[in-house]
Amino acid sequence: MAIPLAAQHSYGPADIEDGGKLFRANCVSCHGPEGALVEGVDLGHGKFRRASTEDEVIRIIQDGIPGTAMPPHNFTDFQAGTILAYLRSVASIGRTAALNGDAARGKAIFEGKGGCAGCHRVYGVGSRVGPDLSDIGALRRVAEIEVSILDPNAEVLPQNRYYRVTTKSGETITGRLLNEDSFSVQLLDTKERLLSFQRTDLRAAGFLSESQMPSYRDKLSKAERDDLVTYLVSLKGF
Amino acid sequence: MTQRALSILWLAGFVAGALWGQVSFDRILAAGNEPQNWLTYSGTTMSQRYTTLTQITPENVKNLELQWMFQARSLEKYEATPLVVDGILYTVQAPNNVVALDAVTGRVFWTYPYVPARAARPCCGQVNRGLAILGDTLFMGTIDAHLIALDAKSGKPIWNVEVAKAAAGYALTHAPLVVKDKVIVGTAGGEYGIRGFIAAYDVKTGKEAWRFYTIPGKGERGNDTWKGDSWQHGGASVWVTGSYDPALNLTYWGIGNPGPDWNGDERDGDNLYSDCVVALDPDTGKLKWYFQFTPHDTLDYDSVQVPVLADMQWQGQPRKVMLWANRNGFYYVLDRTTGQFLTGKPFSTVTWAKGLDEAGRPMKVNGKEPTVEGQQVYPGVQGATNWYSPSYSPRTGLFYIPVWDKYSSIFVKVPTDYTEGRRYVGTSPRSVVGLAGAAVNQRKEDEGYGAVRAIDPKTGEQKWEFKMLDVTDAGILTTATDLLFSGGREGYFYALDGRSGELLWKANVGGGVSSGPISFAVNGRQYISVTAGSSLLVYALKQ
Repeated sequence: MAIPLAAQHSYGPADIEDGGKLFRANCVSCHGPEGALVEGVDLGHGKFRRASTEDEVIRIIQDGIPGTAMPPHNFTDFQAGTILAYLRSVASIGRTAALNGDAARGKAIFEGKGGCAGCHRVYGVGSRVGPDLSDIGALRRVAEIEVSILDPNAEVLPQNRYYRVTTKSGETITGRLLNEDSFSVQLLDTKERLLSFQRTDLRAAGFLSESQMPSYRDKLSKAERDDLVTYLVSLKGF
Repeated sequence: MTQRALSILWLAGFVAGALWGQVSFDRILAAGNEPQNWLTYSGTTMSQRYTTLTQITPENVKNLELQWMFQARSLEKYEATPLVVDGILYTVQAPNNVVALDAVTGRVFWTYPYVPARAARPCCGQVNRGLAILGDTLFMGTIDAHLIALDAKSGKPIWNVEVAKAAAGYALTHAPLVVKDKVIVGTAGGEYGIRGFIAAYDVKTGKEAWRFYTIPGKGERGNDTWKGDSWQHGGASVWVTGSYDPALNLTYWGIGNPGPDWNGDERDGDNLYSDCVVALDPDTGKLKWYFQFTPHDTLDYDSVQVPVLADMQWQGQPRKVMLWANRNGFYYVLDRTTGQFLTGKPFSTVTWAKGLDEAGRPMKVNGKEPTVEGQQVYPGVQGATNWYSPSYSPRTGLFYIPVWDKYSSIFVKVPTDYTEGRRYVGTSPRSVVGLAGAAVNQRKEDEGYGAVRAIDPKTGEQKWEFKMLDVTDAGILTTATDLLFSGGREGYFYALDGRSGELLWKANVGGGVSSGPISFAVNGRQYISVTAGSSLLVYALKQ
């Protein structure tokens, strides 16, 4: 008797995180951050049109569905399984209570009271210092956006880590690391300058351990946060 | 530092950042006043590809040394001219990836990857010739005929518009030109029976502001220069960046060949505005004047050269002129206010015309056109020059042209029908001799040769020539120390004395030079950049 592929592995937290990365990189643009954007398919809740077992889902991930927009993917059984494990974890967290905020009010908070545009950019407006959020609603689930607002340190993507250099002349410059090699470092600093340093000119260089974003738990009311999240979820890119 | 203080600091940074590094249109217009930067395709909107930087001289040029190189992850010809803005160099890795690098070290800040649609079918390589900038926004045309605006700090797209249908053969390969609040591009695709056009887009939104068809439509003046419906698929593409004269408020663009390229039977007439230079009002796209170099062309003599604008004494009077070495083998001087022909003469071997009449119209030689059996004509299909940037030095007063000479093709024609997205050319010319290909010791004299020629722009008289064994696709840069930089297919990058043509320095760059060199400076140090093979190289004086 064949053992179902998906049953051959159990998936730990790191596997689930890897599955999430694969999902965001490969699946989210069609299936949406909640996995429910394609009609008749809700990946997080096991609702499929052409599969009834997880093994069949894994085959579809690998082989695609000819004649449809679903392309084949060069994933191992295990990798495809991590995507499913991630989707199950998403489903178990459950979707946030219905988004009952007001996107227009959220936009006003983003640009005003919340000061978000001081670091973040949306559709070409705002700072480039923090991550560009123009398509955040297409990439991230409601729950993830809420967590980022309440607890910014919970997850910081590698490309969003902050880096600080101290030059031999004593100047300290902080920014987003764009590139680095054995001899040099390239940053977008907090003044939005593209800066390049030779390591021989630096006294110190390294990542900051914490996100530079403040928690908005006490800065915004629950209703204001709902408005803000509703606005962010509405941002689907160009 | 408290979070609050940090937030305030960042907000302050945001405000400062908004002011920093903005390339206003005034800066572009006065680009010659900040030679440390290279803000538009040909250096300035006058398109002289001339730098006023003076650190590198005929005496010390022998001390040039490679500082860094960028190897594109692409095997296409590297035809892009970079932009340099305050120490950041922006370039395009063919076909359409934009890269921002530290101009001193060559390290990458960001890469914008763009995957053109599979429908893209540029005739002659998946190439790109560069970018335009305004404010903090970069502009790129793509081989699938989109125009994309990118944030220069982050490489993130701001807008992306479809200019034309890639599946019908349209493509954008040249660097856009910014004029005021508009970004102007023209469409390639002359080998696919397109109807070419130049269009302007709002820099903020990408909304089309105007469109000038390079072939007049039914009922428009000039439409009767095309037989029947031939105007609908007459080509007249645009694939090299134009120029702009702010005093006259005119933008000038060279227009490509009529199609089908080598069979003119079904398109009797002059075929306006193919093989013309057109002068357009950049605010409206309205035609102010045109001059046609090759009426009813059947030899693929695109007039897709950079319009070089110069102000000079002309017969005792100051005059605004345009210098033009054309693919058809003739050199022209036009009055750029009116389009009036001032003078012209061949700068290379020409057999298809015996000269130019008083209005600058070629006096064609009977029979020198494609036949079913084949007819040999000079210059050959690649022309006496082509899209390679020439240079004008106001110091030496000389005009410098990349030339192919003693070069011909056998032009053949066959009947052809139009099918959307398919080639519409009427056969292809062939070489007079079997080409040597890879074996460099088999090169034959009949293949012709490449050269850099210096001519007196007022008379067309040749002052000197730097002759190469092989032909050239390299543009030319001149400097205020009377140096000239260029290269060729042989894979050398070299410096000549701009007054004598004497070779002063050369480097084996390991691949053909297929773009025009530029110069820039960072922290007071002058650099020269060129592309060769699929790499970009940057030189400076040894320290």
